[in-house]
Amino acid sequence: METPPLSSLYQQLILEHYRNPRNKAELEEKSVEIHMANPVCGDEVRLQLRITDDQIEEAKFVGQGCSISQAAISMMTTLLHGCSLADAKILAECFTKMMQGDPDAAKDKRLKDLRALQGVSKFPVRIKCALIGFDALQEALKTHAKEETS
Amino acid sequence: MTTATFDPVTIRREFPTLEQSVNGRPLVYLDNAATSQKPRVVLDALRAYYENDNSNVHRGIHELSRRATVAYEESRAKVAGWVGAAEPSEIVWTRGTTEAINLVSTAWGLDNVGEGDEILISVLEHHSNIIPWQLLARRTGAVIKYIELDQQGRWILDELPRLLTDRTKVVAISHVSNALGTVNPVKRVAAAAHEVGALVLVDGAQGAVHMKVDVQELGVDCYAFSGHKMCGPTGIGALWARRDLLDSMEPYQGGGEMIHFVGRDESSWATVPHKFEAGTPNIAGAIGMGTAIDFLSGVGMDAIAKHERELLKYALERMSAVDGIRIYGPQSPDEHSALISFTLGDAHPHDISTILDSEGIAVRAGHHCAQLAMQHFGISATARASIYLYNTESDIDRLIEGLEQVQGIFA
Repeated sequence: METPPLSSLYQQLILEHYRNPRNKAELEEKSVEIHMANPVCGDEVRLQLRITDDQIEEAKFVGQGCSISQAAISMMTTLLHGCSLADAKILAECFTKMMQGDPDAAKDKRLKDLRALQGVSKFPVRIKCALIGFDALQEALKTHAKEETS
Repeated sequence: MTTATFDPVTIRREFPTLEQSVNGRPLVYLDNAATSQKPRVVLDALRAYYENDNSNVHRGIHELSRRATVAYEESRAKVAGWVGAAEPSEIVWTRGTTEAINLVSTAWGLDNVGEGDEILISVLEHHSNIIPWQLLARRTGAVIKYIELDQQGRWILDELPRLLTDRTKVVAISHVSNALGTVNPVKRVAAAAHEVGALVLVDGAQGAVHMKVDVQELGVDCYAFSGHKMCGPTGIGALWARRDLLDSMEPYQGGGEMIHFVGRDESSWATVPHKFEAGTPNIAGAIGMGTAIDFLSGVGMDAIAKHERELLKYALERMSAVDGIRIYGPQSPDEHSALISFTLGDAHPHDISTILDSEGIAVRAGHHCAQLAMQHFGISATARASIYLYNTESDIDRLIEGLEQVQGIFA
């Protein structure tokens, strides 16, 4: 399979988030923290959320890895502030669908800057990089739900 | 082919995989430390075995089985000659280097290492020469000690007298680092280890590939290596160990072919090396590895080593001039095997690899199964370009062009 042009992968917005990640810090008061790593390539994220009454008040992360993984996490956290848990779940599902090549998901305006990552779906070996942040988010939502019910 | 006529361009034509374009550009394969490509003779040997001689070894009393057994054992003799074994029975077939190390850490380790005993390895090791010893330590209560690295990724040997004690039972070290390319002073460490009575195992996965290895001259007890990194098939490798050591060890796995006599309560074992080869082995793989050895011997290991050294010097020179590059490992080509581990500005190694791939250039990016070495340098990954006999200066030129692309994108 031919690799599509690199310009579809390395968009300026992605490189900008890679260099100046948003919300990259430790959260002082956190409701849930998820550590996610890809042992194959070394991408790593610790995602921290502060949740009150089914709403994400704050989202921060600490991590390291390639431009795709770190930019995706950075963009994701910017959308999580003030986001309801239900909306966060929809966001994660929508982004995952976009990575699977779903053209409708890629048009979803709720993804905002994250749509810059659409091109990653054409680079199969890099999809995991883009998904690590949202995988952590989905895990965090599950963990939080479990803690609430117990 | 003889040494006098060594020409990488001619050699290259023997490798069908290299005759292709990737992403619209002729393939530049610089991931040889992960696995080498296979010459046509090896592919032909695998096919010929399955088409003409396929049968089980050491079992049937029929013609095909005889032929398969002869070819299989001839290959063992070739592998023995390859590393300077005293006799073919000192070669045990394994799935590769990893299984060879696990064989020793298990079959020898469980009977010879106890609580409070010490295992000495280095920070530079591949995970396959760390984890088997950690597993052994967990089961026996032994302690693992480490040879540390200097800033060029070389062992710090000043500490060796302190690290080797009368509790040191085994020293397990790599001949050549897969992560940094460091050629390690194995002989010196082996001599010191023997003074305290420790067993010396060498991970030769990156060693026997590029240079003539003589286990007698190295003065070690075990040498583990793989076929697939030296033009052979995957799934086959070998453990060389001194005959007396193999004789003293319990079997690694039980099954067919490794027995002498089976009784209800007690059984006895076949002689070395068959004692360690339970089950139907990778016969085709063994034959393929023998053929790879014939191929490399035909080209000439001295000529290959010379070519790789010249190309490494060229690559080091050109790559050092790339703005923002950091090359890890020894700076002198004399302490360096044919691979270069590097980072480039703030481009993550995976991004480097993706950009190079779009130009048809294959390199490795990641921790190279050497996380301890990466931690030593405070990084999580590097990009790695590794050279073999069929690489040329033009491959290096293409790599440099690719790195300029990376600079352009991450400017």
